[in-house]
Amino acid sequence: MNTLQQIRFFWKPVVFLLCLLPAGLVVTDAIGLSGTLGANPVEEILDRFGNWGLRFIMITLAITPLRRVTGWNWLSRFRRMLGLFTFFYALMHFTTWVVLDRDLRLSEIIEDLTKRPFVLIGFTALLILTALAATSFTAVRRRMGQHWQTLHNAIYAAAILGVWHYWWQVKKDVTEPLIYAAILTILFGARVIWHLARNKRRHREARPAQ
Amino acid sequence: MLIRKPADIRPSEITSETNYINRRDFIRAGAIAGGSLIAGAAGAAVIPDTRQAALSGIKKSEFSTDEAPNSYEDITTYNNFYEFGTGKSDPFRNAEDFKPRPWSIDVSGHAEKTGTLDFEDFMKPFDLEERIYRMRCVEAWSMVIPWVGISLADVVKHFQPTSKAKFVAFETLNDPKQMSGVRWGSLDWPYREGLTIEEATNPLSILAVGIYGKSIPNQNGAPIRLVTPWKYGFKGIKSIIRINFTSSRPRTSWNMAAPQEYGFYANVNPSVSHPRWSQARERRIGSGLFADKQETLMFNGYGEHVAHLYKGLDLRRNY
Repeated sequence: MNTLQQIRFFWKPVVFLLCLLPAGLVVTDAIGLSGTLGANPVEEILDRFGNWGLRFIMITLAITPLRRVTGWNWLSRFRRMLGLFTFFYALMHFTTWVVLDRDLRLSEIIEDLTKRPFVLIGFTALLILTALAATSFTAVRRRMGQHWQTLHNAIYAAAILGVWHYWWQVKKDVTEPLIYAAILTILFGARVIWHLARNKRRHREARPAQ
Repeated sequence: MLIRKPADIRPSEITSETNYINRRDFIRAGAIAGGSLIAGAAGAAVIPDTRQAALSGIKKSEFSTDEAPNSYEDITTYNNFYEFGTGKSDPFRNAEDFKPRPWSIDVSGHAEKTGTLDFEDFMKPFDLEERIYRMRCVEAWSMVIPWVGISLADVVKHFQPTSKAKFVAFETLNDPKQMSGVRWGSLDWPYREGLTIEEATNPLSILAVGIYGKSIPNQNGAPIRLVTPWKYGFKGIKSIIRINFTSSRPRTSWNMAAPQEYGFYANVNPSVSHPRWSQARERRIGSGLFADKQETLMFNGYGEHVAHLYKGLDLRRNY
């Protein structure tokens, strides 16, 4: 097997199963096979899915900087899968909220979406992730051409909205949202620095040699 | 696929095994207590110094609800006690080494009798009562807790407040050495709470020293805490070291932290939303994964005892 095949037939399934682990633990904890969901299981599930959504968007955004620093170009082969897991956990978070927390009451869901900005912010992030997931197929990507990258830059907006949603939701202690915000700042900062450096280089190369 | 349970039996009405066993223990403890009553030990609340010791001489109360109490585990592992961390399970994990003895309570302000009392001496004049109360947290969850406590009205009367005393202010111990959460600036320490003198002397108000017939665990506010069941849980200040009779309204911790979200009164009110969530319904802890939230009642269902305290007050503005 060559490297590409190894990635495709071994490493991708392994990473896929690892990514599913947090969701699997929710199920086994719920039925008491592993740990426990504690006294307030709905809140616990909501928190876990929400947190994993944020973690996966951070991991997805870390792929490019990590690839640049290490030179491990194979990392980009996992980016789509990680992005789709971000969508998966965000969707599970939303579904838990709709079904278990709001008890499928449409009036309450609409009230929350219209009256409570932090809910609307989270929902907007999910809509963005939905658009990205829907256009993640290779065929769609090809057909979209340049527009694909433009659309998929919206992952930055989704990440900012996701952290903002969390920040606004906590009662007092913003330590955890702050950690996510710090990671996001580093990931964005690296991109900005590289972007500036590249522009400078291009600028220098464009000038005639003296 | 979701399988909804039939609505005729609410999950909260089903008693768990631990509840059942706890209740057996409780009845036994009551029988022992009854024995000691006959032996003439009444009228002096004795709180043993050992951890989670069985309390004796506990009277029943007409104010208790007949709803099934939550399990001892739920009550003691899911807490808001920011002095031990902001996570729900932090107090359970971080309060283990906390020392609720020796303990003293400083009584000050507009009262005939003031001074610093040793906890045991503070407790002596009062009778222990079991009060099974609903507890509604401002975060839209609720429990039923079998407290053991003393009437706050009795406590207030004992210290003979003067006519200048319009409020009762409470303070929690502020000890960074013992309370890991205090080292963080999550709130402006010490934790402060307060009641109007009318609220403090309402028969529902108690100072709790026990749960399920045993002395109160550290994470629930050992050795003594306030319980006002018609108000949101954050009014129930824990590990009290100071009681002050004041003429003006005392500053209270959550109101200081976010005045637009938490008021001084903090009465349970389903029609006044928290800015970030609705207060119309609540999740009863222990009701299970698929149980619907239940409707929140005005004054947490204690309106007949407390509604008169707020006559003429705009509860929308005085939340």
